[in-house]
Amino acid sequence: MSKAALLKIDNLTCIRDDRVLFEHLSLSLYSGQMLIVEGQNGSGKTSLLRILTGLKMADEGHIFWHQNAIAEHNSDYHERVTYVGHHDGVKRDLTCLENLRLVQAMGNPSTVDPDNALEQVNLYRYGNTLVSNLSAGQRRRLALARLIVTEADLWILDEPYTSLDKVSMALFQSIFEAHLKRGGIIVMTSHHDIEMPTVNLIRLDLSA
Amino acid sequence: MKAYSLTQAYLYLLQRDLTLCFRNRAEFANPLLFFILVITLFPLAIGAEPVLLSRIAPGIIWVAALLAAMLSLDSIFRSDFDDGSLEQLLLSAHPMPVLVLAKVTAHWLVTGLPLLFLSPLLALMLGMPSEALGTLLLTILIGTPILSLIGSIGVALTVGLAKGGIILSLLILPLYVPVLIFASSAIEGAAGGLDVSAQLYMLLSFFFLALSLSPLATASALKMSMS
Repeated sequence: MSKAALLKIDNLTCIRDDRVLFEHLSLSLYSGQMLIVEGQNGSGKTSLLRILTGLKMADEGHIFWHQNAIAEHNSDYHERVTYVGHHDGVKRDLTCLENLRLVQAMGNPSTVDPDNALEQVNLYRYGNTLVSNLSAGQRRRLALARLIVTEADLWILDEPYTSLDKVSMALFQSIFEAHLKRGGIIVMTSHHDIEMPTVNLIRLDLSA
Repeated sequence: MKAYSLTQAYLYLLQRDLTLCFRNRAEFANPLLFFILVITLFPLAIGAEPVLLSRIAPGIIWVAALLAAMLSLDSIFRSDFDDGSLEQLLLSAHPMPVLVLAKVTAHWLVTGLPLLFLSPLLALMLGMPSEALGTLLLTILIGTPILSLIGSIGVALTVGLAKGGIILSLLILPLYVPVLIFASSAIEGAAGGLDVSAQLYMLLSFFFLALSLSPLATASALKMSMS
């Protein structure tokens, strides 16, 4: 792996309703690193994540992916990024399998087929169940299965552990570790204490 | 695994939207029912005046089609916005205007195409001369996709607002007026035995203009609404 930063945040400022959420934020992330964004409610965690995905424009500053500004290389960047936001982004009136197939059609599909992905997130028997019949935690697991059926280097996760039980949290923790071992990058926010001793972890506290 | 081609992605999204419509039949039958009800109410309200009815039939049908389209517009992006699917679409590796076009196509197939089958029956009920029926079908065929295409821009602009309904109507209705004028004037002309190719060509040019520009405008508007 080269030592050049894969994701570089340069002098980022975000202002919301005349309130500065964060300013002059600079940070570099390298292959295999995980960034945990912490902070109180309303401190701009989700805003930062949405700016990183390119959904939201920063008020100042730039983000570089492999030295290319993401604003100019939008579709190249989006091929390499998978985002699981605050909303699950799954359709309630489609089945689990239909949802994952759609994810593959819209993104950059990995070699894992949707059946297999459901098995990995313990939803195997629910392949043909409508999402509206799933519990909140199961829905969250389906949303996170997006990470498995697409091939991306950068995972951006907004509160991935919301409504997950302990078993599922451990499951996804191991999936995250495997992704980092492959040389991927993860940026996530979480209210849970995250202990991943084997991982090269960076913490960023936005309330500080 | 090989990434999906653009055509495959288009077809996949189209199929997904049609599946969703099929599973929410009641919601999507609503605008069609509205279209039928409005038109059937006119003879009841105006009374048994066949001459008057047949003269205003083109206007009634097109106004009803326009209002039915407005009623259904919000559904193009609303549910995708609410459940976060829309932000995932914006992050898709495929170009957004193509995905927008898939969604608009699905909207037209569900709300515009059925009018093609309903309107001749309703036209006959209003006593429209049979020589105008062909023109009526042509105007519906060319005109309703324009309504979906232009409407998608308005919805994309207002989808981020909690109460976008009124703004949407004010934004879109003026843009619908040319379609209304040329479509109903074509049908009236045909009923009077005139050559209406001018009006139809005008409608066709509106259609191609909307087809080429509105997906771009809608995609940009969606990006704005999401940020």
